[in-house]
Amino acid sequence: MLGYILRRILFMIPTLFVVSVISFIVIQLPPGDFLTTYAAQLSEIGDTIDQQALEALEERYGLGQPIYVQYYKWMSGIILRGDWGQSMEWHKPVKELIWERIGLTMALSLVAILVSWFVAIPVGVYSATHQYSILDYAMSVISFIGAGTPGFMIALVIMWLAMTRLNLNVGGLFSPDYLLAPWSLDKLIDMLKHIWIPVVIIAISSTAGSIRTTRANLLDELNKPYVETARAKGLKEGKLVWKYPVRVALNPFFSTVGWSLASLISGQTLVAYVLSLQTTGPMMLRALMSQDMYLAGSFLLLLSAMTVIGTLVSDVLLAWVDPRIRLGG
Amino acid sequence: MADLERASNAPEEIESDVAIPGEEEKIYVAPYWKLMWWRFRKHKMALLSVGILAVYYFVGIFCEFVAPYNPEQYFVKYKLAPPSKIRTRDVEGKSFQPFVYAVIRERDPETRRNIYTEDTEARYPVQFFVHGTEYEMWGLFKMDVHLFGLPVPQEEQGIFLLGADRLGRDMFSRLCYGARISLSIGMVGVFLSLTLGVVLGGVSGYYGGKVDTIIQRIIEFIRSIPSIPLWMALSAALPSDWPILRLYFGITVILSLIGWTWMARVVRGRFLALREEDFVMAARLAGSSQIRIILRHMVPSFLSYIIASLTLAIPNMILAETGLSFIGLGLRAPAISWGVLLQEANNVRSLALAPWVLTPVLFVVTAVLAFNFVGDGLRDAADPYAR
Repeated sequence: MLGYILRRILFMIPTLFVVSVISFIVIQLPPGDFLTTYAAQLSEIGDTIDQQALEALEERYGLGQPIYVQYYKWMSGIILRGDWGQSMEWHKPVKELIWERIGLTMALSLVAILVSWFVAIPVGVYSATHQYSILDYAMSVISFIGAGTPGFMIALVIMWLAMTRLNLNVGGLFSPDYLLAPWSLDKLIDMLKHIWIPVVIIAISSTAGSIRTTRANLLDELNKPYVETARAKGLKEGKLVWKYPVRVALNPFFSTVGWSLASLISGQTLVAYVLSLQTTGPMMLRALMSQDMYLAGSFLLLLSAMTVIGTLVSDVLLAWVDPRIRLGG
Repeated sequence: MADLERASNAPEEIESDVAIPGEEEKIYVAPYWKLMWWRFRKHKMALLSVGILAVYYFVGIFCEFVAPYNPEQYFVKYKLAPPSKIRTRDVEGKSFQPFVYAVIRERDPETRRNIYTEDTEARYPVQFFVHGTEYEMWGLFKMDVHLFGLPVPQEEQGIFLLGADRLGRDMFSRLCYGARISLSIGMVGVFLSLTLGVVLGGVSGYYGGKVDTIIQRIIEFIRSIPSIPLWMALSAALPSDWPILRLYFGITVILSLIGWTWMARVVRGRFLALREEDFVMAARLAGSSQIRIILRHMVPSFLSYIIASLTLAIPNMILAETGLSFIGLGLRAPAISWGVLLQEANNVRSLALAPWVLTPVLFVVTAVLAFNFVGDGLRDAADPYAR
């Protein structure tokens, strides 16, 4: 097992390297570099450009030098000094900007995932044990529609309903008063008041898929002989279902936990955009639009690294659950 | 009841036993595609979905003809005008052929919003195949016949099946034109990823060994970057001054850049499974060339799987395009796609005053669901020998 994990980690290193190169190339694609844009912006608002400061920045990021030098400076900054670069739009280090957002995004996504599991597992189990009942059909239809409708469209519709029916404006995670305030108990309470709508919206899309997985897996399990044996031995139906087949049927949930890692911080970019949440997605979008490339690149790199690590985690989990994989691998 | 049925069926059964092969035997002699069709036919939702998609694609292909108006033509007097009510009875309860009342615009003196009321004095009949605004069919020849409309010019009175947008443009016409781009982008994108996926996946699966390892690693690298951020980053790199057509292909290429990896996995998996099959071995022993084995024996036996996977891939493409255009990274304003139309809905004011700007959602969702059902049906039908 340890050998398997070590092998996987070793294999991860070249993957991470290639992923970082791709991220770097992608952020280099837009024409022009950020210093020229930055200088143009400064002179636009009538600010004088401090030639020395410009040169210092140029030196720091290796601008104007060959692309591999730039890449080296970027990567070594991140790895050795934890310097993710400078956001030219916000005039702040990228590091300061992203961590708070990532925290919020992860909180939001975690709550949404938990909510969706709490709904999906019982519903999926009910659907499987009461196959072809009216409720099963109803659930199937709902989950089909839920799975086919992208989150941001659900968000639009819910926003419209909330506005016309409840007279409620649902955008944002905070009331305007608390938006820029430092963290406090009041701000937390304010956030809890707002967070349920995005949670519901994100949960709807993932719940639909989870219901179908649970139902399909459990249906496979329920026909197996061990269930029949347990039933023949006189185990109560409720205990029988929940204790054995459900546990097996839930395996895919745990093996995809790792996969959710990246989506935890990319957190439904489109939904966040519609509801103007202070999460990572809209910030990355803006950074891309304004060619704030260190900010955008950092997001892309972080997200990709998360996916790679997430894949590793789910592989390890799978190997732990299923010995055939680690021995054959 | 059961007895009656048996009685009525009896003569046929006897006859079929003697002469023509009955239902039972037909199954043994039917060709593959016929079996597929019989199987597919059983999936009622899939059948219905094929119908829906046929209508959508008809609208997309003949959008100039189906749309009653020019999608760019705007009128201040129809700003956020509600959907026209098509009536068959007037105020006195007399029935006519379908008509709409003239709509009068007034302004609320306080909120300065437009209020639309119907003038029951003036009636305009709704007719099929009316002569209206001139258009160029597929950019080839001039026509002015529309599927339906009012016999009067739009300036005098317009018919808005789904209301009008912020600038007073007909939503229904815009949706028709949007269907052309949104529905075709899925097709073109899937076709591109299919070509890449089949070639690379086929090579990977057929030759195996080092080639396989390299291609699989490449696929893993591409897939280890989350798709939405990567799409966003790549589309942000497309120059903003590109003409619509080039942008359209740019977006499709970007979408298929990730799509092909998935396709390649499917093809490779099938290739690996089929390589070991007896009939491939038989063909090899009979001295068939590799090309012949691939094209004549292997491709037909996984073609149906590919088609099913393709059908399931199209909605993802459509959704991706819609999402990208919606956040402003995909197609842009002069182009009309369902995603571009939805940008309108992200405006809180428009949404509150004119909920019909949300109608693209309905079309996207039904199209996506329909594709999913058809894909499901095809996947089941792809293996008609399974019970």
